[in-house]
Amino acid sequence: MKAFFKRFARNKGAVIGLIILAIILAAAVLAPYFYPTSPWRMVTRPFLAPMAMDGYWLGTDALGRDVASGVMHGARVSLIIGLVSTLTALAIGIPIGALAGYFGGLLDDALMRFTEFFQTIPAFALAIVIVAILQPSLFSIVIAIAIVSWPPVARLVRGEVLSLRSREYVQAAVVIGQSTPRIILTQVLPNTIAPITVMASIMVASAILLESALSFLGLGDPNMMTWGYMIGAGRTRLIEAWWISFFPGVAIFLTVLALNLVGEGLNDALNPRLSREGG
Amino acid sequence: MPLLRFIAGRLVKGVIVLIAIATMNFFLIRAAPGDPASVLAGEAGAADEEFLRQLRQQFGLDQPITTQLWIYLTDIITLDLGFSYRQGRPVLDLILERLPATLLLTGAAFIFSLTLGIIFGILAARRAGKWSDSVITTGALFFYATPLFWIALMSQIIFALWLGWLPNTGFRTIGAGYTGLRYALDVGLHLILPATTLGLFFTALYTRMMRASMLEIAGSDFVKTARAKGVPEGRIVRRHIARNAILPVVTLAGLQAGQIVGGAVLTETVFGWPGIGRLMFEALSQRDYQVLLGVFFVSSAMVVLFNLITDVVYRVADPRIEVGR
Repeated sequence: MKAFFKRFARNKGAVIGLIILAIILAAAVLAPYFYPTSPWRMVTRPFLAPMAMDGYWLGTDALGRDVASGVMHGARVSLIIGLVSTLTALAIGIPIGALAGYFGGLLDDALMRFTEFFQTIPAFALAIVIVAILQPSLFSIVIAIAIVSWPPVARLVRGEVLSLRSREYVQAAVVIGQSTPRIILTQVLPNTIAPITVMASIMVASAILLESALSFLGLGDPNMMTWGYMIGAGRTRLIEAWWISFFPGVAIFLTVLALNLVGEGLNDALNPRLSREGG
Repeated sequence: MPLLRFIAGRLVKGVIVLIAIATMNFFLIRAAPGDPASVLAGEAGAADEEFLRQLRQQFGLDQPITTQLWIYLTDIITLDLGFSYRQGRPVLDLILERLPATLLLTGAAFIFSLTLGIIFGILAARRAGKWSDSVITTGALFFYATPLFWIALMSQIIFALWLGWLPNTGFRTIGAGYTGLRYALDVGLHLILPATTLGLFFTALYTRMMRASMLEIAGSDFVKTARAKGVPEGRIVRRHIARNAILPVVTLAGLQAGQIVGGAVLTETVFGWPGIGRLMFEALSQRDYQVLLGVFFVSSAMVVLFNLITDVVYRVADPRIEVGR
């Protein structure tokens, strides 16, 4: 464990990413304390430029809503959706990959065709269609993101399981008569946790990008202030009030960047042999 | 003729994928809250009773679900993608009218990002660990982590609104009446911002892939042999490493084609580019689900076709590749 932290800390980018992530997490948790009123409420006059008035340091939008409040409250939604949809995608992808890799044969063929099918479809267009038809809500957004992002998980898990299946300790478990589900759950899958963790951190980042794109198009949950919604709402007043769209975009960028950096750091720390290859 | 057989096999596979997508569309409509007829008609209240009855009849909505699915699939196969009540025109017409603009945009963005990504990837890999590598990888990380639509908006502010160098929105200058070469130049000017902003994310992606691919090949035995034989460094990079590194990147890029089509929805929305992405956005705000599903189906078909073409091209270009399974 200590060695893990040491390796992680050696990657400067990963440490910076972790710090940014901690700040965003703090913003998400503390949003209701700093801005107890709803971010949808009009608080002062509209189109206030950043720093123009004390207390509204990111300015206000076309309806006099505080941009800073929106950015902080938006962090909650982005992080929750990123996390929950990634967990859902893992819940779909891991079983499919494990079954395909462990049993092989016809089942593997069928499951991999199924996975390929979902990889062929234009992901973002499918997400739009799902959310639009099921009506925008936290639930439909999470489902849509999970449905378009599980295939890489299935492929990764399948590959790992395929190579682990023939290891001696797994063979030993078979010989002493452990049941197949128990072998998969206790012998094989625990050894795939490292690559899955790395992939999951990148998936949270893509999920946040995807959610912001959906709410930019007006497919966000109508009850939640999201970064994508703010950018979309500020779009029509771009010339007079660039800050309405600018700051939520910076927030998305920082979050996605941080998650990617942390993912790279995890990769280095969990696969020490592969890291630092070619600088 | 193994090639013909290979193409035929791929075609069959593509058709199966398209049928599966149509089936998925069919069940999605039924998963929507409310009566399928009013879902198909679009925005509640926009459709009159007469139209609803016509829809029920057309889709056989009073018949068993298997019959309904059959009717839906035969419609799709005969290229009947439904009728947009909102626009008063068949969905297929609407899409075909908008398709060329999207093909132009996505094609330009694809070529732009692939070329630039390969060049940057080679440069970064050659100077791995030096500052120019850091600049390129940091830039790639920046564009990889930034939402595409935000980049589009910001470049619109900077280059069109503040600096006034490029046109703000649209496909051509309205009312200018340009023809011939002048028209092409006008469209080209309008294309620059949308194609670049759409392409930047993919440039970042391809740069990262190309760099990794270069570094991987650089460690292989035949490169060491070439070096031991005293082949000049520039020649090793060009002839031995880059040539072999490009192939997997192009393969992956071909598989990513679907993502570019998805990104086009955002870019076309921001820049008012009259393609099928913009059509999808309009359908979204009007709850015109037949158009929405139609665009989704056609863009999937585009991706299937593109994947097929890339597969065939590789098969011809590099006999080592065993594409078929």
